[in-house]
Amino acid sequence: MGFLDSLLGRSKPVKADLDDLFALPSAAITMQAGLGFTSSGQGSVCYKPAEGAAFARTETEVQELLDADQGPKVELTKDTYGFTWLLVRHDASDVPGLVTDLHAVNSSLQAAGFGPALLCSMVPFQHSDGRRVALVYLYKRGTFYPFAPLPGATQKRDNALEIEIQGTLASDLKVEPDLAHWFPIWGAPGL
Amino acid sequence: MARTRFAADRGLVSRMLVVMFLLGLLYVVFVGALLAVNIAWQLIIIVVGGFFLIQFFASDRIALFAMHGRVVTPEEAPELHAIVDRLCAMSNTPKPKVAIADSDVPNAFATGRSQKRAVVCATTGIMRRLDAEELEGVLAHEMSHVAHHDVAVMTIASFLGVLAGFITRIAFYSEMFGGGGYNRRGRNDQNTAMIAFFVMIVSAVVYAVSFLLIRALSRYRELSADRAGALLTGRPSSLASALQKVTGAMGQIPTRDLRSAEAFNAFFFTPALAKGASLSSLFSTHPSLERRLQQLAEISRELGEGR
Repeated sequence: MGFLDSLLGRSKPVKADLDDLFALPSAAITMQAGLGFTSSGQGSVCYKPAEGAAFARTETEVQELLDADQGPKVELTKDTYGFTWLLVRHDASDVPGLVTDLHAVNSSLQAAGFGPALLCSMVPFQHSDGRRVALVYLYKRGTFYPFAPLPGATQKRDNALEIEIQGTLASDLKVEPDLAHWFPIWGAPGL
Repeated sequence: MARTRFAADRGLVSRMLVVMFLLGLLYVVFVGALLAVNIAWQLIIIVVGGFFLIQFFASDRIALFAMHGRVVTPEEAPELHAIVDRLCAMSNTPKPKVAIADSDVPNAFATGRSQKRAVVCATTGIMRRLDAEELEGVLAHEMSHVAHHDVAVMTIASFLGVLAGFITRIAFYSEMFGGGGYNRRGRNDQNTAMIAFFVMIVSAVVYAVSFLLIRALSRYRELSADRAGALLTGRPSSLASALQKVTGAMGQIPTRDLRSAEAFNAFFFTPALAKGASLSSLFSTHPSLERRLQQLAEISRELGEGR
């Protein structure tokens, strides 16, 4: 935000950066080869639904677009913070198809002028020993970060695993360098 | 009815306003008096500048201390942190410190001169009264204050008001004595006193005008923060309903709390004064509820329109 905008108090919502999402398929391969984590073929987009008819219409269109092909329908979940999670399911091996679907959500919202409403995209991975981790894409920064909740009711993160993933994926995708932006997403659908 | 027992003391409101005005006036008169007794103006600048710097650099700590705000960790207040986290991710801003003030006055404020030093504080009263969406709207409003650097802008603006009075005086001062020795001899004491009195009047007027202007500026920035906050969450109606809940409940709060809260109105979500107090809108730091709701309704309509 420029000096004048600050002086006049007219900040604007930040635009979303969509392109780097396509780094996910190659990262998924590294996750499997390097760490033994496999994708479940699920992924979700999280956004803040704006009020009013225009957003509701866009949302319906996105849903119809994704449901047009055969296969499982998308799932809409509303979390306690008023954000909507749109869960997309694909075959476990089809990460590129999953990312294409996620990107369709982004571009539809952005085309309707609701790009600033996008919060993050999340693709969960699972290890054979039961550990889970999600790769979260931050739209406003165009970066990824790992989020590994420890199993159990307490809200604790497996920071060691997250740091390990950060190192492993460094060459595949842009990992968020500022750890302060690695915000937790407890109870995200599909994780 | 129980509510009337806690009816707002309207006289209190006007008295506090007068006191605020007089405090500022005192500041100006004080500087003038220092000048009049021929204290070096460099010293005055150091004193005035010192006050300004303390205000500017310690604003976060002063406000938190006065409101008994306590910075909380994500473990202590997971919901509040989660809301702030999401707002930061949406707006791509550094995360401010999150604090909670143990007070039943429903309010929230942001302080700190820069985004890195910012603190967003909510009272327990506002967290109890509002639901998650409304609280998010309020926090988005406060974080917009941070993004707009409102603490820095308002501190500098108030300082400019004081500076205006100060400069006026220097100008007259050098006029009086600037002509050199012969000029000073040429006037008698009575004449000098007249001019000194005139100087006082002028600087008082300068200060009075700046007092009104700063309040107008504050109102404008509140509306800006409302707007930016509503656009960030995409839910102007949540902020509107939060505003209505908070201002509606204001009148029921015992006045003792109001009085101790008054000094920090400038960065509050809504001023800790009862609504309907007999204040002309000219003097208030916040726009009227009607004006704020009207703006939010406009944003809501814009959001609802087709692409």
